[in-house]
Amino acid sequence: MSTVAGVLSRLESKRLTTIARTAVSELRSNRLTLVGALIVAVLGFVAIVGPLIVPYEPAAQDLSNRLQGPSLAHPLGTDQLGRDVATRLVYGARVSLGIAILVTALRVLIGTTVGMVAGYAGGWVDELFMRLVDVQLAFPGLVLALVVAGILGPSLRNVMIALAVVGWTTYARVVRGSVLTIKERKYVDVARLVGTPRLRLFRRHLLPGVVNPVIVIATLNLGTVVLATAGLSFIGLGAQPPTPEWGTMLAGGRQYVRSAWWIVNAPGVAIMLTVLGFNLLGDGLRDALDPKQQARVEEV
Amino acid sequence: MISAEYLAYRIGTSTAVLACVSVLTFGMMYLTPGDPARAVLYHQTGQQPSAEAVAAFRAEHGFDDPFPIRYWHWITDVVQRDLGESYRTGRPVSTMIVDALPATIELAIAAMAVALVIAIPTGVASAVYRGTWIDQASQLFALVGVSMPNFWLGYLLIIVFALHLGLAPVSGTGGLSHLVLPAIALGTGMAAIVTRLVRTSMLDVLDAEYVDAARAKGTAERIVVYKHALRNALIPVVTVVGLQFGFVLNGAVVIEIVFQRPGLGMMLVDAIFARDFPVVQGVVLIVAVLFVVTNLLVDLSYRVLDPRVQFGGEHA
Repeated sequence: MSTVAGVLSRLESKRLTTIARTAVSELRSNRLTLVGALIVAVLGFVAIVGPLIVPYEPAAQDLSNRLQGPSLAHPLGTDQLGRDVATRLVYGARVSLGIAILVTALRVLIGTTVGMVAGYAGGWVDELFMRLVDVQLAFPGLVLALVVAGILGPSLRNVMIALAVVGWTTYARVVRGSVLTIKERKYVDVARLVGTPRLRLFRRHLLPGVVNPVIVIATLNLGTVVLATAGLSFIGLGAQPPTPEWGTMLAGGRQYVRSAWWIVNAPGVAIMLTVLGFNLLGDGLRDALDPKQQARVEEV
Repeated sequence: MISAEYLAYRIGTSTAVLACVSVLTFGMMYLTPGDPARAVLYHQTGQQPSAEAVAAFRAEHGFDDPFPIRYWHWITDVVQRDLGESYRTGRPVSTMIVDALPATIELAIAAMAVALVIAIPTGVASAVYRGTWIDQASQLFALVGVSMPNFWLGYLLIIVFALHLGLAPVSGTGGLSHLVLPAIALGTGMAAIVTRLVRTSMLDVLDAEYVDAARAKGTAERIVVYKHALRNALIPVVTVVGLQFGFVLNGAVVIEIVFQRPGLGMMLVDAIFARDFPVVQGVVLIVAVLFVVTNLLVDLSYRVLDPRVQFGGEHA
């Protein structure tokens, strides 16, 4: 038994290297994907290392230097409270990426679990979960997230809860579809007949078949979560001042668009580049890992 | 054509979905941390309400009844087009919605028009001149368009066209001039998505045999593209544009705030911050109904346009 397990785990790690290798070769062959990967890498670097090297504190006010244009001391200018916009942008990368990763992970967890259980169990369980998906899809995603976050009370934590709760349906549907195909395969029947415990069956035989589409959707999803978080914070439901969050920064600068255009535009560009990076990377990964999948229309 | 059976099935499932939606919508106020009645009064007066005030409010609005009874009272009123009254102003919610809805619908339609006007020519050009710089430029546009936060695009448009060039008003509602910038801000993201779709769909069609046949017959390339290919390529586009309606409602909330347009979105956000639950419930319910009905109509029209679509397919 232990040798069988050994072989299986070797097979699995081989599979993972294959995924990694395909991904890398895709990155090489497609310049746009490479650009996306580069943007994401730079962003990750900025989010992790940036706060350690910037000379200012994100919340440090300097009221004698309010609304100063870009200069050597403040490359992206200062905001309405004299805070350094570049510094806040760097700290904001940490907030935005952190939230995007957490929310996407929650969505993957909920959606994959629901999809696998629904697809494997079939019958009334499947029916119940899929009707639940239908009901959820009856609300435009961002409107639902807005209401849930708003009623829970304005805070970043509640925005994360709301976005996780409204965004898992795509995963559930895709995973369910894959599981429906996979469970008809002979090796799954065999595994079931020899009495493989259900959890093990899920992990060993069903999960590997859904990994690729989930990776692709999750990458694209990271971008949409960044957009949605910024949007909700812009409305005033997410990060509260003085948290350096991009959407909140944009909202703070809106009274000054005439005199201090940089306050609104710096976070705007940051959000756009981040989302662009995830979209380029996601498109490339889709071509490499999941070529049959159509371009998905993402909402939230 | 659509069979009566299928029609009945779809209307039935949509109604069932809406019934569940109404329960969820009504139940949302229970997500408020603590006592919803206390929260409402706190937001109205700005100070902690007395126990008597809370008790009086709870009694007046039937808060002490169990959930199923409260829901029953609410839903029986709703089907008689009574959505209750705003806690803040006492105005009937249905009147408030009727007042705010046209501005939002106007914005949604204008944004969709902007999206189609940009997306169809761009997508067609991209497919016809596949692989050339035209194709690359339009694909770049599509990528940037979907990645851009629409609220930021809104401010960019305000800065350039309203503040510097003085071509359009900054905010508010009114004539067409008030609609142009919000429609562009909201429509661009959708244009990007639809451009990609038109391109893919057009490429599929241009490879089809009947297009080859038309060419072999000696039909001019322009006629092949516009008459034979485009018409068929637009069928899937109809579906996605229809489904984008939800996207438009999502975006309208934010865009209405950027441009200070008093519509459904602004009303919803105001009501959320004020804990004005009847208004929140009313708007969410109306939005969901609009959304479900649009999706149903889109699905049905798709079947009329493209008879190849199977009847009663899985989650059709």
